[in-house]
Amino acid sequence: MYSEKFQKSLAAVEAAREKNIALEPERMTAKQKEDLLAAYHPDYKADQFEVLKIGPNKGEKVPTELAEMLQAHSRISADSVDLSNPDYETDVLIIGGGGAGSSAAIEAHEAGADVMIVTKLRIGDANTMMAEGGIQAADKPNDSPAIHFVDAFGGGHFAAKRELLSKLVCDAPEAIQWLSNLGVEFDKDADGTMITTHGGGTSRKRMHAAKDYSGAEIMRTLRDEVLNRNIPVIDFTAAIELIMDENGNAAGAVLMNMETKELLVAKAKTVIIATGGAGRMHYQGFPTSNHYGATADGLVLGYRAGAKLLYAETLQYHPTGAAFPEQIFGALVTEKVRSLGAKLVNKNGEVFMHPLETRDVTAASVIRECSDRGNGIDTGNGFGVWLDTPMIEKIGGEGTIMKRIPAMWRMFDKYGIDIRKEPILIYPTLHYQNGGLDITPDCMTTNIKNLFVAGEAVGGIHGKNRLMGNSLLDIIVFGRSAGKSAAKAAKDTTVGELTLKHIEKFENEIKEAGIETSAVSPKLLPNYTKQNNI
Amino acid sequence: MENMVNIFLFGKKYSVPENLTIMTAMEYAGYQLVRGCGCRNGFCGACATIYRIKGERELKACLACQTKVEDNMYIATLPFFPLVKQVYDMETIKPTEAVMMQLYPEIYACVGCNACTKACTQGLNVMQYIAYAQRGDFEKCAEESFDCVMCGVCSSRCPAGISHPQVAMLARRINGKYLAPGCDHLENRVKEIKDGSFNELIEALMQKPVEELKELYNTREIEK
Ligand SMILES: Cc1cc2nc3c(=O)[nH]c(=O)nc-3n(C[C@H](O)[C@H](O)[C@H](O)COP(=O)(O)OP(=O)(O)OC[C@H]3O[C@@H](n4cnc5c(N)ncnc54)[C@H](O)[C@@H]3O)c2cc1C
Ligand code: SF4
Ligand code: SF4
Ligand code: FES
Repeated sequence: MYSEKFQKSLAAVEAAREKNIALEPERMTAKQKEDLLAAYHPDYKADQFEVLKIGPNKGEKVPTELAEMLQAHSRISADSVDLSNPDYETDVLIIGGGGAGSSAAIEAHEAGADVMIVTKLRIGDANTMMAEGGIQAADKPNDSPAIHFVDAFGGGHFAAKRELLSKLVCDAPEAIQWLSNLGVEFDKDADGTMITTHGGGTSRKRMHAAKDYSGAEIMRTLRDEVLNRNIPVIDFTAAIELIMDENGNAAGAVLMNMETKELLVAKAKTVIIATGGAGRMHYQGFPTSNHYGATADGLVLGYRAGAKLLYAETLQYHPTGAAFPEQIFGALVTEKVRSLGAKLVNKNGEVFMHPLETRDVTAASVIRECSDRGNGIDTGNGFGVWLDTPMIEKIGGEGTIMKRIPAMWRMFDKYGIDIRKEPILIYPTLHYQNGGLDITPDCMTTNIKNLFVAGEAVGGIHGKNRLMGNSLLDIIVFGRSAGKSAAKAAKDTTVGELTLKHIEKFENEIKEAGIETSAVSPKLLPNYTKQNNI
Repeated sequence: MENMVNIFLFGKKYSVPENLTIMTAMEYAGYQLVRGCGCRNGFCGACATIYRIKGERELKACLACQTKVEDNMYIATLPFFPLVKQVYDMETIKPTEAVMMQLYPEIYACVGCNACTKACTQGLNVMQYIAYAQRGDFEKCAEESFDCVMCGVCSSRCPAGISHPQVAMLARRINGKYLAPGCDHLENRVKEIKDGSFNELIEALMQKPVEELKELYNTREIEK
């Protein structure tokens, strides 16, 4: 049920629906897309980026909000923590209890290492839990890792590190097999054939799913396995700084109890950063589809210790986040809605683009409609355009929505909007961190020994844009690999004396560069209290 | 001006805009959440909450991130509930009825009160999936419990002390690993890769100049 102020525009949408269904909107030319992106895609807005003045990526630009965190003060000073009496000692310390961290923990444990996970919220309170769509793997006879490679390389604007991408695609089928053996319930036909579909940018149907709870099914199974192995999970405990040893190798982390603020020291032979994405940084003021703890902490931890970032300037904005009602602002409206026939319609009832352009182009086009063209609908919380869902029922027949996208129906029905009868309002939402820490195929950072990274905190696997289904895949492939590599490296490691000198050094760099800031990092959690304006 | 409603957080009264969820209303009231907030979108089960509307008898349960505030709502969050999770080795476990008897014998003490089903934040037929588990019908238990977010609300209402979501988790894993049909094309592909069948193709892609890869990408054939 939309209130009075939407009715005029709604009437225009309804009046034009039959005509709009019949309409075959033109695809944009390469040049049109280029111009559109340059003018409206958030990644191209020069004034929203800042050049880093210090650190390993000095001279490169990153989003302003990230620059502030990367060049902020530590939450502690180098001499305020006693490193001589660690609260925890382990072989492999894993920071982050999402899909990547849990996979790493299982494999490191399997390899015989002592492992522990520290995580900011609970294990599984993570982006992994929220993935609906699915996970890619080239396991059908008409497909191959090579075809998968080409799809992903092109989709990522030809910028992926090839040695990482080839590992991703070649280890994919085994990743699916591993998950199956852990008990993940993939959608299958009666004879065991995987039910697979297309995702944006795939040339073969290789999207495996577990209904529309793919990520949740994977995450809860991994969590169960971690617990079965009695791997210690220290929850509500964030890493706020890496600890190094005198040889310059990663050797643990300073932890903070999120509830009591108590500081703790974890000493380890090897460290894995698996802290996930950055949606809650709300770059450029965008809403987000991400979980509460997605604040780019891992990038900050690594950067302060001297690890390099790759492609940190590229973010993925999903074109269709919910713009209304306010309660679900930013939540993901799956791409499937458009594949099933719903078109994007502006305030006047006009279809303004082909609904199946790539994610970045679609997002830019929606932004143009809502800004310069003035054709957006005022939602009371910004602007949005209509996604005309009733078209789906007209095209596919009554019942299509309940059969194919029941979760979407439920999400809006809670707020009195029946998407079978009424369109929904959407606006791009901050969805995925394409860039992150730079690693080699064994998951070690390129320049700090014994510091490993896996999952959304890694940069370079996908290049500058990630295809749907390749992220759930990367957290398994690289999560497992990081666990194995870290366990192996731990065997040959004797930790030298612990130090936090890098914090002091970084403080000096801040001063020398003339950066004046009161910010501290990592951010840990966004603040949505009223005093802070929601 | 926004319409305001009165809510009671742990008994204390706050006036908040009526269009907020319980979660955002708590933040509006000034709580900086740490516990009880995970995905913020109905997937993780971190935000289990119980409430009663003043004057009504029924105690309701919900997910705070998925539920709008109402006037005179008395709210208490349930950010942690002590569930029992047994540990087991998936490699050696046998998919038989006896497993449930060994690991979660309390399910056989179910009194059929249906309190779990009434409380489920996902609208699942919880009592039914427990009944399937009792019978060792793991497939049905898995199917019926699939949308469970493991929030633990059902368990908080159960007189028999059953940890429903953990029972269901075990059933789903057994079903996924042992009862679902195997997958030949997957096994084959894993073997082919191990045998190096794709090494040459991949190696060629690693060496190709970007221009050639662009050509390959732009002219690739797309499965209908
Ligand atoms: C709504 C949604 C839908 C998606 N759909 C798909 C899909 O269909 N297919 C696909 O392939 N991908 C999808 N993705 C992307 C994919 O789910 C994620 O990129 C991936 O799961 C990230 O896994 P991760 O383990 O790296 O991070 P996460 O799963 O986010 O885990 C990171 C963990 O680290 C913790 N942490 C963070 N900072 C710290 C700290 N300082 N100290 C300790 N712990 C910390 C976090 O709280 C969290 O628990 C989707 C993402 C979202 C948000
Ligand atoms: S079955 Fe229990 S744990 Fe699962 S969603 Fe329902 S109430 Fe929550
Ligand atoms: S609440 Fe407990 S005793 Fe009652 S029906 Fe559910 S499982 Fe059985
Ligand atoms: S916060 Fe995850 S279900 Fe509410």
